[in-house]
Amino acid sequence: MSVLVIAEHDNAELKPATLNTVAAATQLGDVDILVAGDNCSAVADTAAKIAGVGKVLKADAPALKTGLAENIAPMIVELSSGYSHILAPATTHGKNIMPRVAALLDVAQISEITSVVSADTFVRPIYAGNAMATVQSADAIKIITVRTTGFDAAPAEGGSATLEDVSNIMDAALSSFVGQELTVSERPELTSAKVVISGGRGMQSGENFPMLEEIADKLGAAVGASRAAVDAGFVPNDYQVGQTGKVVAPDLYIAVGISGAIQHLAGMKDSKVIVAINKDEEAPIFQVADYGLVDDLFEAVPALSAELDK
Amino acid sequence: MKVLVAVKRVVDYNVKIRVNSDQTAVETANVKMSMNPFDEIAVEEGIRLKEAGTASELIAFSIGPKQSQETIRTALAMGADRGILVETDTMVEPLAVAKCLKAVVEKENPDLVIVGKQAIDDDSNQTGQMLAALLGWSQGTFASNLDLSDGSIKVTREVDGGLETVDLKMPAVVTTDLRLNEPRYASLPNIMKAKKKTIDLTNPEELGIDISPRLTVLKVEEPAKRIAGVMVEDVAQLVDKLRNEAKVI
Ligand SMILES: Cc1cc2nc3c(=O)[nH]c(=O)nc-3n(C[C@H](O)[C@H](O)[C@H](O)COP(=O)(O)OP(=O)(O)OC[C@H]3O[C@@H](n4cnc5c(N)ncnc54)[C@H](O)[C@@H]3O)c2cc1C
Ligand SMILES: Cc1cc2nc3c(=O)[nH]c(=O)nc-3n(C[C@H](O)[C@H](O)[C@H](O)COP(=O)(O)OP(=O)(O)OC[C@H]3O[C@@H](n4cnc5c(N)ncnc54)[C@H](O)[C@@H]3O)c2cc1C
Repeated sequence: MSVLVIAEHDNAELKPATLNTVAAATQLGDVDILVAGDNCSAVADTAAKIAGVGKVLKADAPALKTGLAENIAPMIVELSSGYSHILAPATTHGKNIMPRVAALLDVAQISEITSVVSADTFVRPIYAGNAMATVQSADAIKIITVRTTGFDAAPAEGGSATLEDVSNIMDAALSSFVGQELTVSERPELTSAKVVISGGRGMQSGENFPMLEEIADKLGAAVGASRAAVDAGFVPNDYQVGQTGKVVAPDLYIAVGISGAIQHLAGMKDSKVIVAINKDEEAPIFQVADYGLVDDLFEAVPALSAELDK
Repeated sequence: MKVLVAVKRVVDYNVKIRVNSDQTAVETANVKMSMNPFDEIAVEEGIRLKEAGTASELIAFSIGPKQSQETIRTALAMGADRGILVETDTMVEPLAVAKCLKAVVEKENPDLVIVGKQAIDDDSNQTGQMLAALLGWSQGTFASNLDLSDGSIKVTREVDGGLETVDLKMPAVVTTDLRLNEPRYASLPNIMKAKKKTIDLTNPEELGIDISPRLTVLKVEEPAKRIAGVMVEDVAQLVDKLRNEAKVI
């Protein structure tokens, strides 16, 4: 069996989500990687070093620069013959492209798998992770997105894949890229950070988030948020953890001023250790927390910061 | 310009769901059902396009059992003009939903189709992208802002790194994210008025669509439960536990 993994990158760097996806793929068969982008040789070279990868397909053209699904999906369909599975990480990039590929191939997509049972059977969460469904696919080719928290990253080094260029790249001329406003941060990426500290509506304002950032910097953590905090404009949308935001599973997750709605829990309940700081002892977040502290966050957070210096 | 929105009947987001005793599905009997929240956002956006004079007609589409008419009625009460129900009692996968939508699009010729980015029951996040693929249209997924001009639409998208804007050639498919708008509640007079609006009934056979599933659900289980831990007295104790017991900092 041959598996094609769609690499996640920004034309300069390969994103860690790719490594988790390769790990899922190696459970299924021989792994090739597609690096589709513009001026993306450096990414292709990095991808070639991932342990367990046989071949890197490099599709390098201006039409692929910004990841437009209309341009990438038909190309993946062209490359699909010979593969039994095509996998992409369940990032916004993967979620945008893969259903388009599946529909063009007239097959189902299996979304956000958390484990591989066999070549045609997979486990995926439904209902915000309140149930886990084991599904079997009858399609000739399986189109899959991978929930990265379900798989430990494949080693980034140790492989020596061959490189092959993909030709036949077309601009579908249906869409174009206008611009982006990316959140710039020196902190680790939310989905791959070892420690995450998130704030909710209890933070009261965006101006209070630096309190969390101070702790994040002491712990090498990423900063996240609940939907309520994002909707209120405290922080940008890409901070949202949850059923309809990002799914994280760090070694340590600290929830500050977050009540623990099921939609939020869906995005963080697989963290190894959960800490909750909330002034309401009845808050549902305490039912999933390993360590709970009932306190006013405006007292507890500065105290925590001071204690970490000791 | 005609706008088509898809509305799915799902278990209400406030319901704490349970897996049935033979572990084959989630218990949906006698459970509160509502319109998928992302579809409320889709309907609201369609209504705003009408109010702005950009859209002339707003059609609400659903596929599902007879009761899905209630979901369409909700869309009509919010402000959609008429409804189309593709009636079926079988579970429909996103690919089949997209195929039925495509058949309806080919009949109705809308310039814009708005669907939710994901249904909160099955969490697939596929239907809009699949529809765009089947129609050969452009797609604007996870939208937090729409800006229509002649023959094209600028869509701001919520992506992992922040926000991204793309320009789509119309006709197009858009999928809604949470920040696109805040859906209105239907007023009582509008609920009454909605009772007189038409809902056309059809079914997959009539549309010539094979909706047989490609996936078989072998088993549905409850996830491993987390057990609540301990309450700490103060921050000093918390840091001590994290350092010496959990060893995570
Ligand atoms: C379709 C849909 C999708 C959704 N997707 C997501 C998602 O992806 N992620 C997500 O997070 N939510 C999501 N939600 C929203 C979710 O249902 C909750 O509304 C949200 O998580 C609540 O955020 P919160 O806990 O910050 O706010 P609240 O529920 O208002 O809780 C605030 C908490 O702060 C505490 N607090 C207040 N002041 C202080 C203080 N001074 N000190 C200490 N504690 C304090 C309060 O006791 C309270 O527990 C979704 C909802 C829907 C309908
Ligand atoms: C426990 C369980 C068992 C299941 N078993 C089966 C099975 O045996 N066979 C089977 O075929 N399927 C089965 N399903 C699939 C199922 O019921 C989902 O409805 C289907 O996969 C669609 O996924 P989704 O709604 O999450 O799509 P998404 O792609 O997440 O939906 C996105 C958007 O598409 C639109 N949309 C989607 N569906 C509809 C609709 N019906 N009407 C109107 N608009 C819609 C809405 O705008 C929605 O916001 C099962 C699901 C569960 C949870």
